[in-house]
Amino acid sequence: MTNHWRDLKNADLILINGANPAEAHPVGFQWFMRAKLDRGAKIIHADPRYTRTSAVADQYLRIRTGTDVAYFGGLINYVLENTKYHDEYVRNYTNAAWIVKEGYGFKDGLFSGYDAAKRSYNVATWAYEAQPAGSGGPNEPTSGAPAGSSAFANTDYTLQHPRSVFQLLKQHYSRYTPEMVERITGIPKADFMKVAALVGEMGKPDKVMSIVYAVGLTHHTTGGQLIRSAAMLQLLLGNVGRPGGGVNAERGHANIQGNTDNAISWEILPGYLKIPAPGQTTIADYVDQSASKASHPNSWNFFGRNYRNFMVSLLKSWYGGAARADNEFAFDYIPKPASNASWITIYDQALKGKMEGVILSGMTATSIGPDSNQVLEGLAKLKWLVVMDPLPTTSSEFWRRPGIDPKSIQTEVFMLPTTHWIEKDGSFVNSGRWMQWKDQVIQPQGNARHDHWITAELFDRVKKLYKASGGKFPDPILNLTLEYKDPLKPTLDELLQEMNGKDLTTGKRMASFANLKADGTTTSGNWIYVGVYPDPSAPTVAGRADANLARRRDGVQDVAKNDPTGMGFFPNWGWSWPLNRRVLYNRASADLQGKPWDPKRPGIQWNGTAWVGDVPDYPVNMNPADPAAWLPFIMNGEGTGRLFSSSMVDGPFAEHYEPIESPISNPLHSVQSASPVAFLYDQAAGRPSRFGTVQDFPHVATSYRLTEHEHYVTQHVPHLVGLQPQPFVEIPYELGKQLGIQSGDRVRVSSARGRLEVLALVTKRLGPSIIDGKKIYQVGIPIHWGFVGIPADNDPGKGKNWLANVLTPFVGDANSRTPEFKSFLVKVEKM
Amino acid sequence: MSGVSRRDFLKIGAAGAGGAGLSALGFDLAEASQIKQSLHISGATQSHSVCPYCAVGCSLIAYTQGGKILQIEGDPDSPVNEGRLCPKGATAMQLATSARRVDDVLYRAPGAGDWQKISWDDALTKLAQRVKDSRDNTFVTVDANGNTVNRTEGIAFAGGAAFSTEEGYFAAKTMRALGLVHLEQQARV
Repeated sequence: MTNHWRDLKNADLILINGANPAEAHPVGFQWFMRAKLDRGAKIIHADPRYTRTSAVADQYLRIRTGTDVAYFGGLINYVLENTKYHDEYVRNYTNAAWIVKEGYGFKDGLFSGYDAAKRSYNVATWAYEAQPAGSGGPNEPTSGAPAGSSAFANTDYTLQHPRSVFQLLKQHYSRYTPEMVERITGIPKADFMKVAALVGEMGKPDKVMSIVYAVGLTHHTTGGQLIRSAAMLQLLLGNVGRPGGGVNAERGHANIQGNTDNAISWEILPGYLKIPAPGQTTIADYVDQSASKASHPNSWNFFGRNYRNFMVSLLKSWYGGAARADNEFAFDYIPKPASNASWITIYDQALKGKMEGVILSGMTATSIGPDSNQVLEGLAKLKWLVVMDPLPTTSSEFWRRPGIDPKSIQTEVFMLPTTHWIEKDGSFVNSGRWMQWKDQVIQPQGNARHDHWITAELFDRVKKLYKASGGKFPDPILNLTLEYKDPLKPTLDELLQEMNGKDLTTGKRMASFANLKADGTTTSGNWIYVGVYPDPSAPTVAGRADANLARRRDGVQDVAKNDPTGMGFFPNWGWSWPLNRRVLYNRASADLQGKPWDPKRPGIQWNGTAWVGDVPDYPVNMNPADPAAWLPFIMNGEGTGRLFSSSMVDGPFAEHYEPIESPISNPLHSVQSASPVAFLYDQAAGRPSRFGTVQDFPHVATSYRLTEHEHYVTQHVPHLVGLQPQPFVEIPYELGKQLGIQSGDRVRVSSARGRLEVLALVTKRLGPSIIDGKKIYQVGIPIHWGFVGIPADNDPGKGKNWLANVLTPFVGDANSRTPEFKSFLVKVEKM
Repeated sequence: MSGVSRRDFLKIGAAGAGGAGLSALGFDLAEASQIKQSLHISGATQSHSVCPYCAVGCSLIAYTQGGKILQIEGDPDSPVNEGRLCPKGATAMQLATSARRVDDVLYRAPGAGDWQKISWDDALTKLAQRVKDSRDNTFVTVDANGNTVNRTEGIAFAGGAAFSTEEGYFAAKTMRALGLVHLEQQARV
């Protein structure tokens, strides 16, 4: 989230897409309701299914799954056509005025630079028109800036230049008329116009809207652009950086945020530093190809400018004395992937016989899929599989699932019992980036060990094997810093100190990442966490007994004292990255002079000498009246929010493409119906296609969670199993009538990849949509069941054909490769 | 309810009794609940935790005695949940302690029809050898274009979304040191 849970109470309008917070995040949803009840905020819920969120919304829109770009695109078009955007914000805080280089274009569903053979774009065709060299302003990057800093972009602040981002944006979205929105999404024009009128009001400086989403936006081949279209709308309305505003992802697992920040993700290192690529031999190469470059004289480009400091400090944390200036701080030790190595790729490699071993540490493969049957085939091709979990999973038991002869599976499997969250301390970072420390409440049950102690001991034994017998490039293993009291049992407190980092000259822990250096004299395992555990003398510790600021607990026991601004920041409750900032990009919450857009809802404000309020996303004493003052969005090269960006692989503007399995051809451009750059694994590997067509699978399906379960682990929790005891699918009432299916009947739902055999729940919560003139039904599939857990144990068939993800396609988002779990085609039959 | 703050009210778990003093039954339900509750948790140790399920991040208070959990409830001080919990959070205790836990280290040999119990030492010895072998088998020092890449292609690691943050950091650190490029967690799925 750019903002945080409690901040939702500050909104005037909340758009919810691809999410069902009333059921999936019910306690967080209280803040949506507070906005509605206390300040008369309106809630708009766009979802294929009428849920409890819809029931309290002011307007429910039945949208076809995967078409939210068309919906947001329609709103963007409405805001532009009717001049409802926040003019001062758009002109000064976005890149609307930037001029795009000649040659950029969009035609027949393709942006310029497309290579059909490679199914990829040359993003160089989406660049800005550069100013002649040497024409930079007072802050033109000098020797301290990243290598290769290029000339600034031409701008036209009248926004009239035909190649200005503003004009190109207008042109691009002019196709997203209310009629087109209706054809694609199924949302009736009259309903859409009601919502558009409400949204249009949010461009007034004293109004603010929040957009909230969950995996209903991410789990698509166009997932990245679905979110980007929401962000673009928010920039046009001037709603990013403000209390009550922003683009807010509801994350679905306790510490998915903390584990993303710390880069258990193939493409990043901790703190969202890019993983180095082959061909980069020095840190200079790496920074040049990874860090953003200032494209405006007033762009601070803080991240780009400090990239080297952050990377060297990370390498010093990991490799200590072995990371020296004369060996590029052991840059060679960091592995450089050949290509994408994300979730689906792991199983694709397994299917090709190239993956020998998989370690699942608190994660399951089978139930998650996508295309669980294909994932199971992949698991059976591994030499070895390790499952570290407190409870059995469909991965630990895959070799003896119903209908399988274990003799046919040669994979060696280790099941290592691990501890639960409550048997260890450490922090969780919530969706709103609030890091909250938890105690170890009880001792581990039975033989269970902490995951990180298992990893530490395994690492130690591997290291001993390399020491004893040598092997391939053992240097990073032998030189990894393990400076813990017991290297086999690092404490989470020690690890947090390491992540925070220290000044090697003084030995003191750092208070701010602004002080990290590129000369090897500072360490930080994760730059965005610097300041969470500073030296006890730091002002932020302010006499507290404990310098671990994630432990702070000054909450609602004294609201007047603990929330001095009344904005819900609670600055001394836990800690929020970066630097305890509660709303990201908060410089944009104030106008050019530093006055809050809405004085009743200040983020930060200039008091004549300093920025006060939230922890400012800006130099605390930088006078906004200074002609050299930085632009507000300090993290990118533009210094402004990007309405046009070359950072995505599938287009500088969000464009609607149909899901890979779709009931219609794209009404915008039938010649390019689906994403032209989504990676097609089976096709690329020469395997037969596993996609179905609307002729064979006439219904659109989507998947989701219920309040009472969380993915799969709750299949072991008796009370929750009691509340939601058995698998089912939700079938639209009219479709049920047509197929002769009643609630309680057994049905088979099949896709080109597999089948689900469960009970039907026939409901008016789902209904037909008219999509491009055709009546289309959407079927709803809760994801929770499988062949492991209490319900499966009690089932005569042992939960065979209960895995929802056997239905989902083995394909993902063009940018992130997030699987398309939320849009696919199925056939429904009564059994 | 005079003299009882909202926070105390939540703490005594009497939300069902509403604000009224005497119920239709003619006795004070809140008081009865308070007595029952205080008997249940009297003398217990209070610890702070956070819900292990979704990422709202509801704070929990756990009461323990003699190393056993007596009760888990919402923390009324939290600006996130103000004491409230959903059905999952409210039953967190059944996840914390469960008869369904895996008690032993288990090993399943290729083609075998059942698990066998092995020791931690056995499991880690075998596993360290597997990791080393697979790393050595699939390690690429220099790629086809002559670039130094130092990567292990044939091992993947997927980390848990209920790891503590610091555990996640440690996993990323050690797995990158082993040369892994296939590194994932729940964020994408």
